[in-house]
Amino acid sequence: MAVKVIIPTPLRPYAGKQDSVEMEAGNVREALKGLTTRFGELKKHLYSDDGRLRSFVNVYVNDEDIRYLEKEETQLRDGDIVSIVPSIAGGTGK
Amino acid sequence: MASKIKSPNSPETGNPSAALSKEEITRYSRHLIMPEVGMDGQLKLKQAKVLCIGTGGLGAPLGLYLAAAGVGRIGLVDFDKVDLSNLQRQILFDTNDIGRPKIEAATNRLRNLNPDIQIDNFETRLTSENALDILKDYDIVVDGTDNFPTRYLVNDACVILGKPNVYGSIFRFEGQITIFGYPGGPCYRCLYPEPPPPGLVPSCAEGGVLGVLPGIVGAIQAAETLKLIIGKGEPLVGRLLLFDALAMRFRELKLRKNPECPVCGGHPTITKLIDYEEFCGIRGEESASPAQAVVPEISPRELKARLDRGDDLFILDVREPHEFQICNLGGHLIPLGELSRRVNELDSSREIVAHCRSGKRSAEAVEFLRSAGFRKVLNLKGGILAWSDEVDASVPKY
Repeated sequence: MAVKVIIPTPLRPYAGKQDSVEMEAGNVREALKGLTTRFGELKKHLYSDDGRLRSFVNVYVNDEDIRYLEKEETQLRDGDIVSIVPSIAGGTGK
Repeated sequence: MASKIKSPNSPETGNPSAALSKEEITRYSRHLIMPEVGMDGQLKLKQAKVLCIGTGGLGAPLGLYLAAAGVGRIGLVDFDKVDLSNLQRQILFDTNDIGRPKIEAATNRLRNLNPDIQIDNFETRLTSENALDILKDYDIVVDGTDNFPTRYLVNDACVILGKPNVYGSIFRFEGQITIFGYPGGPCYRCLYPEPPPPGLVPSCAEGGVLGVLPGIVGAIQAAETLKLIIGKGEPLVGRLLLFDALAMRFRELKLRKNPECPVCGGHPTITKLIDYEEFCGIRGEESASPAQAVVPEISPRELKARLDRGDDLFILDVREPHEFQICNLGGHLIPLGELSRRVNELDSSREIVAHCRSGKRSAEAVEFLRSAGFRKVLNLKGGILAWSDEVDASVPKY
């Protein structure tokens, strides 16, 4: 399935400074795998050492949190938008 | 809607605060002539009590708009002083305020804007010890802080006290806005159960913020706060609003209440405030980066002495090109993110001193280079900031 993965600002430096990446993927796991294969440095920002998605990084398919779908097994359809939404804490821009 | 918010639906006669003076009617006339606000809404605003945590980038537009709108009682919490570098975005302050406590400058500004309202000052850092006491008197809390421990503290305190928390956070040119702690709605921990470990928080390389961004995000927080008070419209509950100023695009994601949430779920395990510094893995600035503690270092003065002596040292600058343009020590520039694939530009037989702005990124670089077989690599302690302080004051700090 042709999907678009949106890279959030804090992770763009580890993804070749791109704000989104188009790719073929059947589910969320494959999409993220494709991303970390292309950008090796992203891996430690998305996954903990035991290979689990980090708890301060949420992944959405369109506007739905994958934790409430089939998690990383969530199927993707053509044209789906996968968003990576990490927590940011800034308030004053220090 | 807005059941937690005290709203004077039927203003009592004889209560002077429940009526508007002639001057107030003129001041708020553009509210009064709108049916969505009207006299009822304006009186609700007058009786409302809102606590703004932080008076910086987000707190500035927030405080200004809430005061201008006639929110009767506004609490301000901040412990910082106004710095020259704040003025690019913190529009509550002006050049004459530099060095003044923010709380003092902010109070002064808001009193001048609207002398009819009450401003409460809390010149303190919000802590687990004082948070419940400070928050308890207010109807709505607005989070304009800038760090994870305080974000979790504000969230938990709001859930415990049953107060809505109008949340906004920013990063560079991107913002996130939502309302947590609304009856039946999710809380911050439903969205993010845990904070990122300090090492993975984007470093100073990726910091910074477009000056107007907190203005936009803070103004959205103000709009949501006013809506909660007057009980009109659709509050930003269960929806996470993402704003990207660079693309100039708003997106909205669904935000669900986590039934297993340790604070607001059915069987909460956190029922009182905890140690949030510990929860976020922060114990003092020094230990923030594990890499920093173990890599060999050189102080700015030692480096200066060795350079003056004519020692053969290779200066490696691991900052970003735009930072190099601000100031540099004449080093060879390889941004940290490019180091692994550009490592062949370095000669492992020479002694290398790596530096960045504050010493954190270069500590990572030193650790990486040592693991890649480089024997003689040192980290410039305190980075270019320390160099400016200790060796050459003509180098600007940023």
